Amino acid sequence: MAFDLSALGSFLRSDDPPEAGGYPDPAPRVGFFTDTSVCIGCKACEVACKEWNAIPEDGLTFTGMSYDNSEHLGASTWRHVAFIEQQRPMGAPSSAAPAAGGSGGPVDLGMPAMPGGAGAPAAADDGSGDRTGLRWLMASDVCKHCTHAACLDVCPTGALFRTEFGTVVVQEDVCNGCGYCVSACPYGVIETRKDDGRAWKCTMCYDRLGAGQEPACAKACPTDSIQFGDLDELRVRAQARVEQLHEAGVPEARLYGADPNDGVGGDGAFFLLLDEPEVYGLPPDPVVTTRDLPVMWRNAALAAGALLIGLAVTFLGRKR
Amino acid sequence: MSGQHGDDRSSANGAVGNGGRNGRHAATGPGDDGTDVRHDPHAAPDHDAVPRGLTAGAEPGAAPGAGDEGFGSGGFGGRFGGFGSGGGGGRRKRRGGGRGGEDLMVPEAEFTSYYGRPILHKPKWETLDIAGYLFLGGLAGSSSVLAAGATATGRPALARACKVGSLVAISGSVVALVHDLGRPDRFANMLRTVKPSSPMSVGSWILTAYGPAAGIAAVTSVTGWFPRIGKLATFAAAATGPAVAAYTAPLIADTAVPTWHAGHEELPFLFVSSGAMAAGGLGMIAAPVAQAGPARRAALIGGVAEVAITRFMERRMGLPGETLRQGKAGTLMRAAAALSLGGAVVGGIGGRWSRAAAVVGGLAAMAGSACTRFGIFEAGVASTQDPKYVVQPQRERLEKRAASSGSSSGDTQGRADEWAA
Ligand code: SF4
Ligand code: SF4
Repeated sequence: MAFDLSALGSFLRSDDPPEAGGYPDPAPRVGFFTDTSVCIGCKACEVACKEWNAIPEDGLTFTGMSYDNSEHLGASTWRHVAFIEQQRPMGAPSSAAPAAGGSGGPVDLGMPAMPGGAGAPAAADDGSGDRTGLRWLMASDVCKHCTHAACLDVCPTGALFRTEFGTVVVQEDVCNGCGYCVSACPYGVIETRKDDGRAWKCTMCYDRLGAGQEPACAKACPTDSIQFGDLDELRVRAQARVEQLHEAGVPEARLYGADPNDGVGGDGAFFLLLDEPEVYGLPPDPVVTTRDLPVMWRNAALAAGALLIGLAVTFLGRKR
Repeated sequence: MSGQHGDDRSSANGAVGNGGRNGRHAATGPGDDGTDVRHDPHAAPDHDAVPRGLTAGAEPGAAPGAGDEGFGSGGFGGRFGGFGSGGGGGRRKRRGGGRGGEDLMVPEAEFTSYYGRPILHKPKWETLDIAGYLFLGGLAGSSSVLAAGATATGRPALARACKVGSLVAISGSVVALVHDLGRPDRFANMLRTVKPSSPMSVGSWILTAYGPAAGIAAVTSVTGWFPRIGKLATFAAAATGPAVAAYTAPLIADTAVPTWHAGHEELPFLFVSSGAMAAGGLGMIAAPVAQAGPARRAALIGGVAEVAITRFMERRMGLPGETLRQGKAGTLMRAAAALSLGGAVVGGIGGRWSRAAAVVGGLAAMAGSACTRFGIFEAGVASTQDPKYVVQPQRERLEKRAASSGSSSGDTQGRADEWAA
């Protein structure tokens, strides 16, 4: 086919971070490494984010989903702490993981444990006296600031843009609330606000970055579960942390979004998880759908041509 | 805003209802109503509340016993009772199957989700606006092609009907598009930039080229003014019309919405077939039998193609394809198939002899095209509301990749290959 799809594909990705994000002289790309193994679920990040960015209240509800009452990332929730309760001691192989490398014994990571017997069946107690079968996972979720960001790709107004730090930010004075980004994001992050109509999401505190400060959530996190820094360095640090956990007998520790070859080209905000991504409400293998856009444009062009020719053909033959 | 605080407070003790979040969480749909189940942790979560097949009795069922009795006193118990509604990482059978949870340790037969919550946001687009736009855009673009053919072959009544029809349709679709914006006053921002990576941006420019041409073609045809300009506009509209009809497929397919994206290869062909059928229907209704031959053939070929491509697409989609068969979308798609085929046969064939058959068949064809667009729209919305349509195809992809490469470095390689492809 004369139509070179891979050329179109690389053209569409040409201003993403591997290509310096379209800046002649960009700052090093920054990001978040969220190490959920040390998250204590204090929600300091949620509060700091709301405060610093002056995000409006978006419902004071009581969901019954463990301690999670903010439910999901959205227009007015830019950090969201997920709480997952599992009947399994720390260190036991994770449920859906194919028995990854044998089983280590329970390991104390400094996670808050329920007082003995306070709700777990006695049978699940491993006998150590201070641990129960209840495993409590906490994870602070955030916009991933994707390398190939679908939201940014599809935004028709240019309201979403790539900053000099390699992050993805909405310009609120440009967004016309078309909502395309909402459906494009493979993680369900960005959302429009009902009352003002525009799309909102984490900016990685663009204003603070400009002033040489770290984002509010990372600053507030008391356990350094949220780490901010140069992405290259964070990836190295994260790899070391996973290896450390594996040695300590936590085989289920794994990185999520750290691989630059994944479906979105790697996340600017990536995670260390202790179970499958979907347990935390994250998609297991997200892709930026713009990846398939060359095929879509080709097929649309073929279809348009077929329509033109097909309808022309209806005029041939009988004059009736 | 005033008073809301108090309301929410009281709701924290009583039924949570959907309090202040209802507005925002129109987005999360059915799952949202399930917040209440904590009041009866042992009850199987009702199946309306928690999307299909949450194996309520399964793993969550094991835990909540603890939730209720162990933590039972005070608010804490209430909190943990929620566990009973699906729990963190509530496990579900694949295919939304049975509710028994005996075999919950068999990993490949089930998948996990976060309290059964959707992973994706529900599309912000209003059904009437955007599904309506998909229909009207297809109708307008295809009608302009028919109009040009009719002009060239001396079928004035057919030409005029198609020109007026496309102007009405494109005007309606622009109104729907602007109406759907969160900030309609900023619609002109669509033309701030040209972005080939954004089908909506490309579409805005296509409409900018097409709209005036279609308008001039219609006005000159009705008034008889400036015939030469009219002819030029007629052919300009015919040249850009197919783009209007086809681009709406990438528009919805370039999203993370599972059903829409799963159809990204077939949707352009489906949409132009559907558009041709609708335009054929319009031509049959408005033009006398003697001039409507091309319209009949467009409806016949378009209708048959639409139904065939839909079947083909649905089969290739895998799991998300089932959203085209279920619920509101399923009803619409079944109606679409009946109307499209009926319209094609009654109008496309019967319309040759009978004006009445032409009108009935034409109406059926147009209705069939509209049902197809609304059905596909609704199916996409439904596919964002159940995490299984996100998790399961992605899991299968991961498993396939792992199986084909066998190692984690091969895994990376597989992905790089996909990118290159
Ligand atoms: S996670 Fe979603 S909103 Fe954030 S950059 Fe990626 S696509 Fe955009
Ligand atoms: S809603 Fe705003 S930010 Fe999102 S795609 Fe539309 S214009 Fe861009």
